[in-house]
Amino acid sequence: MLDQLDELYRDVILDHFRNPTHVGELPVAQVKVEGANPLCGDELTFHLQMQRGRIHQVRFRGKGCAISQAAASMFATQLEGKTIQEAWRIVDTMKALMQGQDPDDSVDLGDLEALAGVRKFPVRVKCAALSWNVVEQGLKNYSSQ
Amino acid sequence: MFDVRRIREDFPILSRKVHDKPLVYLDNAATTQKPRHVLDTLIDYYSRFNANIHRGVHTLSDEATCAYEAVREMTARFLRASSSRTIVFTRNATEAVNLFAHAWGRVHLVAGDQILLSEMEHHSNLVPWQLLAKATGARLAFLSITDEGRLDLSHLERLLADGTKLVSLTLMSNVLGTINPIRQIAEAAHRHGALILADGAQAVPHLPVDVQQLDCDALVFSAHKMLGPTGVGVLYASEKLLESMEPFLGGGEMISDVQLTSATWNEIPWKFEAGTPNIGGVIGLGAALEYLTRLGMDQVFAHDLELTSYALSRLSEVDGLTLYGSREAGMTRGGVIAFNLDGLHPHDVGTVLDAEGIAIRAGHHCAKPLMRRLGVAATGRVSFYIYNTKEEVDRLMEALQTTKAFFNRQSVRM
Repeated sequence: MLDQLDELYRDVILDHFRNPTHVGELPVAQVKVEGANPLCGDELTFHLQMQRGRIHQVRFRGKGCAISQAAASMFATQLEGKTIQEAWRIVDTMKALMQGQDPDDSVDLGDLEALAGVRKFPVRVKCAALSWNVVEQGLKNYSSQ
Repeated sequence: MFDVRRIREDFPILSRKVHDKPLVYLDNAATTQKPRHVLDTLIDYYSRFNANIHRGVHTLSDEATCAYEAVREMTARFLRASSSRTIVFTRNATEAVNLFAHAWGRVHLVAGDQILLSEMEHHSNLVPWQLLAKATGARLAFLSITDEGRLDLSHLERLLADGTKLVSLTLMSNVLGTINPIRQIAEAAHRHGALILADGAQAVPHLPVDVQQLDCDALVFSAHKMLGPTGVGVLYASEKLLESMEPFLGGGEMISDVQLTSATWNEIPWKFEAGTPNIGGVIGLGAALEYLTRLGMDQVFAHDLELTSYALSRLSEVDGLTLYGSREAGMTRGGVIAFNLDGLHPHDVGTVLDAEGIAIRAGHHCAKPLMRRLGVAATGRVSFYIYNTKEEVDRLMEALQTTKAFFNRQSVRM
C-alpha cells in the first residue's frame, strides 16, 4: 500500500507542496476567483493577469492538503503564457485524466501529469480538482463579461 | 466483566482488513460499529414482525408497536428520565435540536430574547439557533473557551442576566473531548429563569447520563454513535416542556382529530412523531441500549478513559505533534483527541493512516467556529469506543511515525 502512496504523493508533488511557485496576489488581475471544498476546508484564490488574449501572469494563495496546494502550484505554472483556448484544453485534459481516461498527448501538462496517481484515491480527486474548477469558473466569468 | 477481547468478537466488521491490514477503527465520534446483537435484532424485526405501528389490528402491527414503544421505555430508563412520555424519536440528534428550536422557540421566544451557546458547538447546535434567531429576532450570545479547551464561565451570570431564555451546550465536545459542567450551568440558568438543552451526541454513548441529576430541560442524542443503526435520534424534554410546544411536522400519527381546515394534536410524545417513523431503527436502538446496559456505562466510560490517558501520554511523546484540549483524561475530558502534525494537513495524515488500515477523522468536524478559535483549518481526530485496545493505540503511534517519515523523505528533485 505504501507503494500506492508513492504514486499519490510523487516527489514532484511533495516538492510543489513544500516549495510552491506562483504564490501571492497580482495588483492588476482581470480574473480574481476563489473557491473551497466545504467538506475538507481546502481553499484557493487565483489571480490571473490577461494580456492580448493570453494569461500573462498567475498567482495563487491557498490553504489545504498537499494534493490541493501542489496541484495549484503546478496548475499555475502550466497556465502562464497560454491562450484562453489552451487553458480550456488543459482544464478538459485534467478532468479527463481524473476520470481515468488517457490524457490527450497533444496537450502539454508539465508537472500536472504527476497527479495521475490521485485517481487510485477517489476521495482525494476533489483535492486535486479544486484548482481547475476554481480557474474554470474565473475564466467563464471573464469570458462572459 | 468488561472483556475487550470478547466484546470484539461481537463486532463482525472488526475482523475485516483494510489495504491488507487489520482494521483499526478510531472514528467512533463520527459513528460506531454495530454488534451482532443489533444486526440480529434488525433482521429479526424485518423477517418476523415487520408492520406499521399504532394503527393495525393485526398481530404483526401489535408486535411491532409493542417493540417500538418498549424502546421508548428503555430509553427513558437509560437516561433516568421520569417517564417514557419525555422521549421523542427523531431521525438523528440534529433533527432533535431542530425540532426543539422550531417547536419550542417559535412559541416561546420574542425579538430581543437571548439564546446562549458556546464556541465549541457542533454546527448542529449552532445553525438551528441561527435560523430561529432569524425567524424570531432573538439574539445569540456565546460562552468563549479557555486555552485548555474548557468553557469560560467567568461571564456566565452576566450573559444569563442579559435576557437569556435558553442555554444550549454540548455535554461533551466532539473535537476537544471536554465534558462540560452542565449541572452547574443548569443551576445558574434556572436561577435566571432560562431553560437548558444539552447536546448529548458524544456524551450519551460514552458516560452515564442522568437527565434528572444533570437537571437539563432537554437533551438530544443519536443512536448510531452508540452501536445503534443510523436514522434514529432522540429528543428528551420534560413533559411540561413538551406540552408547551407546538408540533414540528404535521401528518399522520401526530393528530388526535382532523377536519378539512383544522386538526387537534395527539398526546405527547406522539404529537412530535409525524409519519411512519424508523421502526426498525428504533428497535435496533433498543438492542444497542441492552448491549450497553449489560456492559454498564460506568465500565464503558472507564475503558474510554484508560485508552484516552494512554493515548494522550503516547501522543505527547511525538515530536511536532500538537494536541488540542486538556491533557488529563477524567471526569471533565473524554475519549476524543484532536491533533495535528507540524506542516502536514490532516487529510494527508489520514490518507497515510488509512493505508495502514487505521480509520481516523480529518477535517473541521462540523465545528468551524471552534477551528477558527484554535487557529487551524482542520485537525486529525481519534475517538475510542468499547472495542478499542491499547495495541491499537500502539499501531496508531507506529503509523504516525511512518507518516512523518513518508512526508519527510528526501526529495530527489530539489
